[in-house]
Amino acid sequence: MATGPKIIIRLHAVKRIYKVGTERIHALDGLDLEVRENEYVAVMGQSGSGKSTLMNLIGCLDCATSGTYELDGQDVTTMSPAALAQVRNQKIGFVFQSFELLPRADALHNVELPLVYSRHPVWSRRKLAMEALTRVGLAERVDHRPNQLSGGEKQRVAVARALINHPSILLADEPTGNLDSKTSREILALFDRLHDEGQTIIMVTHESDVACHAQRIVRMLDGKVVSDLPTEQDPAYAYRNGGQRL
Amino acid sequence: MRWLLSLPLAFIGLIAQSVALAMSQIWANKVRSILTTLGIIIGVASVTAVVAALSGLKAKVMSDIETFGTNRIFIWPRWPDSGPKKNASWRVIRFLPEQFEGLLDECPSVKAFTRVAGTNESVRYAEKALESAQVVGIEPAWHEIESRPVIWGRPFSAVDMLQRRAVCLVDPMLRDKLGMDRDPVGSFLTIGYRTFRVVGVVEPRPSMSMIGGGARGEDYEVFIPFQTFYQIRGEPWFQVMAASRSPKVSDEAKAEITFFLRRTRNLKPGEPDTFRVLTVESEVRTFLTIAGRFTIVAAGVVGISLLVGGIGIMNIMLVSVSERTREIGLRKAVGATNAAILTQFLVEAVVLCCVGGLFGLGLGQVLTTAIARIPAANLDQAYIPAWAVLMSFGFSALVGIFFGMFPAAKAARLDPIEALRHE
Repeated sequence: MATGPKIIIRLHAVKRIYKVGTERIHALDGLDLEVRENEYVAVMGQSGSGKSTLMNLIGCLDCATSGTYELDGQDVTTMSPAALAQVRNQKIGFVFQSFELLPRADALHNVELPLVYSRHPVWSRRKLAMEALTRVGLAERVDHRPNQLSGGEKQRVAVARALINHPSILLADEPTGNLDSKTSREILALFDRLHDEGQTIIMVTHESDVACHAQRIVRMLDGKVVSDLPTEQDPAYAYRNGGQRL
Repeated sequence: MRWLLSLPLAFIGLIAQSVALAMSQIWANKVRSILTTLGIIIGVASVTAVVAALSGLKAKVMSDIETFGTNRIFIWPRWPDSGPKKNASWRVIRFLPEQFEGLLDECPSVKAFTRVAGTNESVRYAEKALESAQVVGIEPAWHEIESRPVIWGRPFSAVDMLQRRAVCLVDPMLRDKLGMDRDPVGSFLTIGYRTFRVVGVVEPRPSMSMIGGGARGEDYEVFIPFQTFYQIRGEPWFQVMAASRSPKVSDEAKAEITFFLRRTRNLKPGEPDTFRVLTVESEVRTFLTIAGRFTIVAAGVVGISLLVGGIGIMNIMLVSVSERTREIGLRKAVGATNAAILTQFLVEAVVLCCVGGLFGLGLGQVLTTAIARIPAANLDQAYIPAWAVLMSFGFSALVGIFFGMFPAAKAARLDPIEALRHE
């Protein structure tokens, strides 16, 4: 692993400690993690294992209590809130379990949203948003509002929104959590395709089936990485493989 | 160089976007927005209506004063508040005609003056009689000062004055009431029990609603030479009316007259005046000052309702922030800075207030039109001055900024992780 694609995420000895009253909760407890370009990583773990905290940290929504975090060669540990907002805008694409689309805006305007906060002139936004929607196969439904779209379509709009600024990482937090199995497969197929196109993806999930789409599965427990293996060597894959796949 | 240019552009872009966003928010919550801005609407409407009514009143009074003449000066005898003449007989206090001899030579700011004395007498022409008419003793300068020229016949001549002739001028109302010819010159009137020959007709008194007492209506006037009047009535109490060369020199004229009269009335240094000089100009100034203050106070009092409206705005903005917590979280996650969120909600509050202000101005205009049509209120000149439009609009925006700041800051301070978890 010494050479190869460049490292996009490098977390070193990261701790995140919450204070609840007099108690100190170690949500992340000295975590190390590296993610290279065009990797597809699944993060698994029970609730309370710290995976959400890890996602928030990688997504620059949260700051580490100690340790360092380098994103795309930049140390983001010491950045100001405004600079972090800029980083979120340019380098991170979020996909949420519950889509988080603006109910009153149509698909196109939902996808345009991140461009509002980057210095894109108004006239170029529409084109970029159209491109992103075409990429997720929703070019036909640009003028539909979220309540006129199915769950899978909503999530694809959300993916298009995440992709619009060509982020270094696509961060997906339980992207299939609110979808039925058929649409889940659609979304995962979309992720696979994006990965093939060169997109780096980090996905939090607790479903083994979903995690098996990744190349690498990181398992967490009590704020630490307990296992970090290529998918083929992960127990989830073995179980699944024994079951139905191939 | 390019990014330097793009910074203000980005800011303008952010504002424009926020305005568009705010408009769509308001449109999406029409009923709520209208109810919320009702306070602002009523506030702005009442401010503009009150200011419009006061401006109308002022315009009315000013135009009345214009016809009345702002260069006019009134002089009348008056008991002083202190000194030996405080309780003097009226014979001591009253003016004597000779006290005004040479006034024009010594008071360069005074253009003209006339001594005026009046009484009520019965007037009879042929078989018709008037129980009571105003008999006024005047000098020829009166026509110029009062702006009421002789429209038929001639004014009094120097000979009329000197010889105290029994001649008179009538006003058209008295002429018609007594059934005289349209040209009454040469006919004879009996005033009291003396007979006067009519030499002319004086222009009727301009109808002034606010000042000058034109409302009395049944004012039949007949004018006789002052000297004649003075002799008949046996040295009566009289007053003087003068005109300064222009309204600007009214104060100088007043000082000159005071100086002149103190000498001719033998007042010693330190002794208080036994007369009063009043310039219309200074009265106008006083009126304008009072009207201005009154407008400010009224606008201020009504402006309190704008503040109350602002509290409504703050309330609804807090509701909006709480309703859109997840949206705020999302916006932050996709790269909105705290400043951008603050701007968005602040602009929304300001737009809400400005829309309210706009509706308020509309309603204010309707109220103003209604006020102007109230009969006999003398407010037909009511109008909303430009400064009031700007002020109420600006004040609405200020209210928006002031009361929108707290909810907007609350939105900007939201933690994106918490916000996205918000139910």
